[in-house]
Amino acid sequence: MAVSNAQIVSWLERYAGVVAEQKQYLTGLDAAIGDGDHGINMDRGFQSVLVKLAPVRDKDAGTLLKTTGMALVGSVGGAGGPLYGTFFLRAGAMLDGKSEVSAHELVAALEAGLKGVVERGKANRNDKTMVDALAPAIDRARQYLGEGASLEDVMAAAADAAEEGMKATIPLKALKGRASYLGDRSIGHQDPGATSSYLMLRALSDTLAGVPQEARTSST
Amino acid sequence: MAEAAVTTRLKKLINAPETEVRDALAGMAAAHADLIRVEYDPNVIIRKDAPKKGKVGLVSGGGSGHEPMHGGYVGLGMLDAACPGAVFTSPTPDQMARATKAVDGGAGVLHIVKNYTGDIMNFEMAAELARGDGEQVNAVVTNDDVAVQDSLYTAGRRGVGVTVLLEKIVGGCAEAGADLATVTNLAKKVNANGRSMGMALTSCTVPAAGKPTFEIADDEMELGIGIHGEPGRERTKLKSADEIAEILTSTVVKDLPYKRGDEVLAFVNGMGGTPLIELYVVYNAVHKYLTGQGIKVSRSLVGSYITSLEMAGCSVTLLKLDAEMTRFWDAPVHTPALRWGV
Repeated sequence: MAVSNAQIVSWLERYAGVVAEQKQYLTGLDAAIGDGDHGINMDRGFQSVLVKLAPVRDKDAGTLLKTTGMALVGSVGGAGGPLYGTFFLRAGAMLDGKSEVSAHELVAALEAGLKGVVERGKANRNDKTMVDALAPAIDRARQYLGEGASLEDVMAAAADAAEEGMKATIPLKALKGRASYLGDRSIGHQDPGATSSYLMLRALSDTLAGVPQEARTSST
Repeated sequence: MAEAAVTTRLKKLINAPETEVRDALAGMAAAHADLIRVEYDPNVIIRKDAPKKGKVGLVSGGGSGHEPMHGGYVGLGMLDAACPGAVFTSPTPDQMARATKAVDGGAGVLHIVKNYTGDIMNFEMAAELARGDGEQVNAVVTNDDVAVQDSLYTAGRRGVGVTVLLEKIVGGCAEAGADLATVTNLAKKVNANGRSMGMALTSCTVPAAGKPTFEIADDEMELGIGIHGEPGRERTKLKSADEIAEILTSTVVKDLPYKRGDEVLAFVNGMGGTPLIELYVVYNAVHKYLTGQGIKVSRSLVGSYITSLEMAGCSVTLLKLDAEMTRFWDAPVHTPALRWGV
């Protein structure tokens, strides 16, 4: 089974809804160790994504993701804009011209997105950043792909790994971003970027599994 | 979609959180039409007579909420363009790319960036875009805040008060016709010789967040605060202005360190909610402390120049001067927020 363009649009729209709904939650996580704007910025960004996607809904997967990336770069600001923007621009570049995306292609695109995030943010694993959700998710997806799992199972496993990675940021000391200024005071708080990254992959998994948007389990 | 609109009106002079930055930009454009012009989407404040042929263009930017920085420093002898982000949020690369193009008079453009993860990444993306268009772009990063550790384990020191001094001094140099390499080197020299530390008496409320960024008791203060309400070195009981001034100044002096015989510019900055009379009380103590250490204060600046919305508090910045920096500090400047010599 492959991912259709309509499913990619559904994923992005679903995630925009999740971000709007979790805006205060993400902002609260950020206020604890950062500057308290992550939810606000991501919501502004994905509202812009919805506007920019409207005229290109029928285009190829690469166009959809690159349009998303450009919308984020131009509207989010902060660190989230370049990081999520780069994620979608790089993922989109892997899917140029594709009207259907195989499981392997989807995982490769997400992996390219992660590489872009690492290059842009210069973060390593365990620095208490979005990489801590994305990297284990890609690892788990690769593993499930290798075992011949279905697309839905691959992405569900990836979302589970992202959730574990997100929770594992709680005891970590932040080494990147504004939270790093807190030193030990950043310990005990869940990273907001890892949280929004987990929500993004869960939205993808839920979309592919056909989970109705209303039935989505509330986050974390 | 976005749930319940804010039902209680914030006690701020705004129409709506979403329109604050744009409304303020329109106000600046109307008030200072002789000095600047404002473009929207992407938002950029541009010196009215830019681009100046043969002059190095100076572009800065950052989150809004720090006024008059940076938009108030666009004009003769200072910045050529400023990119205002959302409140306390870095601007986006399309803004800096547009600003860079608008002020490029053929001699290259210098980006002045405060050391925050978001600002760095957005300016990097903008520089990549501009260079892709064949423009010559250098960047200098300010990181003068002694309150945070500069180590491999943090994002490094924050850029604060020195940014204002740098924009003035480097602006004077660029106005005099220096080339991009000279302007860039001077910018690095200013940053290397400046140090700052701030403190807060109260928190501030980002309109979109709707509540204070942090809680602080009536009898407490936060030492080493950042300009976005980021926590600092320690939370302590409130002290007198003299004691606070000595803590801030002595910490700054020891850091560079500033030594007996040095000539400095002493800058006491208000965080936005502190009246000038209190800033002069602080300046008095800062000046006495420095004089007592044998450090000569040859230039000074007192006022709210890099703020944190309505936060009450202050910061102390010292810049060790040499003849070149002093000359360009004294050079004429005419911007919405700073004007002398013209």
